[in-house]
Amino acid sequence: MNGPFEFTLRLGDDALIAAQRLAEWTTRAPEMEEDIALANIALDQLGAARLLLTYAGELEGAGRDEDALAFLRDDREFRNCLLVELPNGDFAVTMAKLLFLSAYQLPLYTALAGGADERLVAIGAKARKESAYHLDHASLWVRRLGDGTEESHRRMQAAVDEIWPYTAELFAPDPGAPVDPSTLRPEFERVVTEVLAEATLTRPESGWAPAGGRDGLHTEHLSYLLAEMQVLHRAHPGARW
Amino acid sequence: MYGNDFGPPEEAPGGGLLGEVEAAEAALREAAARQRRGAPASDDDLAGYFAEVIEADQKIEPRDWMPEKYRKTLIRQIAQHAHSEIIGMQPEGNWISRAPSLKRKAILLAKVQDEAGHGLYLYAAAETLGVSRDELVDLLLNGRQKYSSIFNYPTLTWADVGAIGWLVDGAAIVNQVPLCRCSYGPYARAMIRICKEESFHQRQGYEILHSLSHGTPAQKAMAQDAVNRWWYPSLAMFGPPDGESTHSAQSMAWKIKRFSNDELRQRFVDMCVQQAEVLGLTIPDPDLRWNEERQAYDFTQPDYDELMRVISGDGPCNRQRMAHRRRAHAEGAWVREAAAAYAAKRAAEKKEKVAA
Ligand SMILES: [Fe+2]
Ligand SMILES: [Fe+2]
Repeated sequence: MNGPFEFTLRLGDDALIAAQRLAEWTTRAPEMEEDIALANIALDQLGAARLLLTYAGELEGAGRDEDALAFLRDDREFRNCLLVELPNGDFAVTMAKLLFLSAYQLPLYTALAGGADERLVAIGAKARKESAYHLDHASLWVRRLGDGTEESHRRMQAAVDEIWPYTAELFAPDPGAPVDPSTLRPEFERVVTEVLAEATLTRPESGWAPAGGRDGLHTEHLSYLLAEMQVLHRAHPGARW
Repeated sequence: MYGNDFGPPEEAPGGGLLGEVEAAEAALREAAARQRRGAPASDDDLAGYFAEVIEADQKIEPRDWMPEKYRKTLIRQIAQHAHSEIIGMQPEGNWISRAPSLKRKAILLAKVQDEAGHGLYLYAAAETLGVSRDELVDLLLNGRQKYSSIFNYPTLTWADVGAIGWLVDGAAIVNQVPLCRCSYGPYARAMIRICKEESFHQRQGYEILHSLSHGTPAQKAMAQDAVNRWWYPSLAMFGPPDGESTHSAQSMAWKIKRFSNDELRQRFVDMCVQQAEVLGLTIPDPDLRWNEERQAYDFTQPDYDELMRVISGDGPCNRQRMAHRRRAHAEGAWVREAAAAYAAKRAAEKKEKVAA
């Protein structure tokens, strides 16, 4: 049931919505260097999204290109995980989101790069290098904030606690998919546990596990994100840009 | 790296200017290869040596003696240029979230990121003159140093992103290409790098307008409206007319500045007319016409009273731009403090290890 189209669409939507959120930081980052770094990561996510959505459109075979998929689907048709659509919050929340996302995307893209689908192999090979950088960047900030000042420690721990429940959805089993996400969990756990320990942060207990993104059941936040992202494209049906 | 959806016009916009950047780069290398007269003969010779280096079109480097006023003029100019790059991210950043295609979103995000990079190179160039980036950022935040007034106008539609690229980046290049030959080495080198990127920006803005002006009637109207609003503010970017410009003469003598405001403005107008024709857009100046005698276009001057009002703080977005920058700076303070505290802890650990 969850064929390659559905799988590719999920990955593409994760990357697209992550890019849209990260790009919101432009001109707002805590340092100029960080403005550039966050834009870089947003550009990587956007680049992966474009490749994945283009390929998803081809797999579907209904003539939808990357823009048709990005701009002309409604909220219930998006397949991204909830984690990426959550608001940016403060810089600690953004870094918690990025840490968990990249610790999931890195083993995912690595597995894709060793898979059977040639297009996904190529996308995975490119994206995993970028994910490795995202993970490095997020890990560095989580350590700095966790082991920085009292205030930054408090904010970073609160951010980890707030975002952690949304990681469960990333690893929901999907045995038929090109990569079964449940197989990525051990590597994710290993990386995240190590970073949190170095950052003098407490790894939250697992409990509440919100989900639904993969079935198009999102948080209230996604609709606003899409309204903004899609407004201009939809105001000029059929126009070329 | 960026795709082109259509064939380039006969003369690519900014093409001639890019050639000038390359020529300046070659001249810079050549000047570096030519031996300078070793060093000043004595302390009495400092001013003479400085004048000679300028005269010979060599570069003044950070370690060289320079008149205090030369240093101050450069710090002010480079800092205000850096501030302009940073504040200039805001009007275009305003459209990243709503860019109408994923390709345009990627190009715009990369462009705004380039501007942050320009800000950083320029702050670094200013730092070679003995001032810190933090001090300069404070001068911006407390309003004691300015940024280019053009960024106090709002971006009301997507076409404004195109108009800024074509006209504002275009005017910036015309202004900055001569700075690639500025007498101060670090500034000249930063400008070479920046001008190359600005010429991409101008090209991308031109492409946006080209797509719009060859699109639906609503798109074409959007493009024309944007050009109508950005044309005169872009002309004002070259500053007041020559008679009223206060800093020009000394800067010309020091080879910080090489052409007058009016010369550069004329050059910009001449460059835009032909490009507007290819775009199929009208420059909003009924008196724009070729002057055979001058071999240049006659045109209507921008409203310099408006320029003065915007410079003094009463443009449409001055308050908004400054409030945005101050907010980002204030909200980031705890993050910068955490990074400093973390670095201090790591440094202390290292010291302990060495001592042990
Ligand atoms: Fe720039
Ligand atoms: Fe630019």
